[in-house]
Amino acid sequence: MARSIDQNAYAGGLPNFRNLGILLRIGLIVNALAFAAAIVKSADLSGAWRQFIEICALVEPLLILSLLALAALNDLLRRLPYSAGAIAVVALELALTTGFYVEGRVLLGERPAPLERYWLLVALTTAALLAYFELRGRALSPALPEARLQALQARIRPHFLFNSINAVLSLIRQEPRRAEAALEDMAGLFRVLMADNRELTPLARELELCHQYIGIEQLRLGDRLKVEWHTDKAPRDALVPPLVLQPLLENAVYHGIEPRSEPGTVSIHVYALRDELHAVLRNPYRRDGDHHAGNKMALANIAERLQLHFDAEASLGTRSGADAFEVHIVMPYVKERDS
Amino acid sequence: MNGAYGVSETEKPLRVVIVDDEAPARSRMRDLLAECAGEIALEIAGEAASGREALELLSREPADLVLLDIRMPEMDGIEAARHLQNLEQPPAVVFATAYDDYAIRAFELHAIDYLLKPIRLARLREALARARAAPLRTDALREIARAPRAHLSAQERGRIHLIPIADVIYLKADLKYVTVRTAAREHLIEESLTRLEQEFGSRFLRVHRNCLVARVAVRGFERAEIAGEARWEVLLEGVDERIAVSRRQQHVMREFLRG
Repeated sequence: MARSIDQNAYAGGLPNFRNLGILLRIGLIVNALAFAAAIVKSADLSGAWRQFIEICALVEPLLILSLLALAALNDLLRRLPYSAGAIAVVALELALTTGFYVEGRVLLGERPAPLERYWLLVALTTAALLAYFELRGRALSPALPEARLQALQARIRPHFLFNSINAVLSLIRQEPRRAEAALEDMAGLFRVLMADNRELTPLARELELCHQYIGIEQLRLGDRLKVEWHTDKAPRDALVPPLVLQPLLENAVYHGIEPRSEPGTVSIHVYALRDELHAVLRNPYRRDGDHHAGNKMALANIAERLQLHFDAEASLGTRSGADAFEVHIVMPYVKERDS
Repeated sequence: MNGAYGVSETEKPLRVVIVDDEAPARSRMRDLLAECAGEIALEIAGEAASGREALELLSREPADLVLLDIRMPEMDGIEAARHLQNLEQPPAVVFATAYDDYAIRAFELHAIDYLLKPIRLARLREALARARAAPLRTDALREIARAPRAHLSAQERGRIHLIPIADVIYLKADLKYVTVRTAAREHLIEESLTRLEQEFGSRFLRVHRNCLVARVAVRGFERAEIAGEARWEVLLEGVDERIAVSRRQQHVMREFLRG
């Protein structure tokens, strides 16, 4: 398959059946289809409602059973290649239908339709849902070459790149050791910026990246930039989308520190709360500051990637007070082994 | 001699001021200038970390050339360059920027010299060699500016006095000058009222052919009778003076009152 070796092709896969957002979507779509069927089968709206309740009596138990089975088999199914996984899901659904048909006769009424009919309906619905998730994955994926390039360009702020190089150049003669360290930090940062960033990465790695980034900025800005790290309690093993925190720090420096001549403090809190991972970044901010468009773009970029990875289970909120701006990210606390 | 380099005894060294908010960038510029000193007689007259500092420095220390970073906190390089034009003998200006598409296009258009950071030695030499020959044009700077200035500036006894635009209560034109009134005092600036109106737009109300008043300073309007003639006057926050509203501008008053 030529497609699977193409680096730029969309690396598809079955949806994560343990994700609340995915489960909700399946539930909603199946019920909407049931309602559509009810409308087709009846003459008026009140008839449709009665019909819908009848259909639900059949559909809901099967739906709940299916969701439980999919969630249970999630890891197994997602380890398969996509086509095999999709066939397995359809087969699982057909098996559940058969079992339900045999064991749940009571619900089907006195003269049930032949089993083949239910098979066909279930297979069509399942296929439609899989197609929907596949299309949605493609739509949200930054995998298309142009989109990836754009995303890349948006992430490296040229202003940051050239000013950093300039700062390193200034160190080479007087402080060669600091220049070396700065170049190492830059290499680390750009390696990640240029990597294929579709897989989740350990939080520890992302925090290291943040430190490298701040190292470079402190070179340039000196005492003007102070950073408070509240990351001791951060779960190092948590998996996060790569570049989820660094661009937020970059924003904080660009909008909060650079426009002022007096020193300012950026603070970063990362902690786990039950099964959620929280990150809160705060920077000083003056309301009359300029370049808001750029800020929104970076935030929208991160919100979109969070959605791609975690669907409805992640969120990004912002709050701007009189003299501070705050971004608060919540995402599920995913660990290395159960990703 | 402090910060002086140079080979030629006959030619007066070029006095250069470095303005950049980032210390490493200033230090790099110093290193490069030291290398240029072999061919071009120059001395570093001083360094500043912001546009405002640069103005203070240049009011004290005359210089021939200012190397001016564009993106700086509080007052950017382009605004600083505009205020510098008020000096008795404005220095030549060469802008420096790491990346700024908009500014670079504008510089090209107006043939204003600029340096891209990281700066190359050869490029800096060229700029130094040309510096004395190319004075900056005020109108070109005005066109380049992206945002209205944060300050107006008046020249007083050889120094530049900055007036925050937020402090201005009214601007009144008489003959060659415009009077800038703040709660504290008056300043005279050599600018055109029409240009000021264009630059600051909705911040001011034109109540008379020769007068712009700050919207935020307007307390109200009052009808007055002077020498038997009735007219409207603006009452202003911070000053006791009243400004006449001309007959032709009465519509402005009505629009303002309507909100």
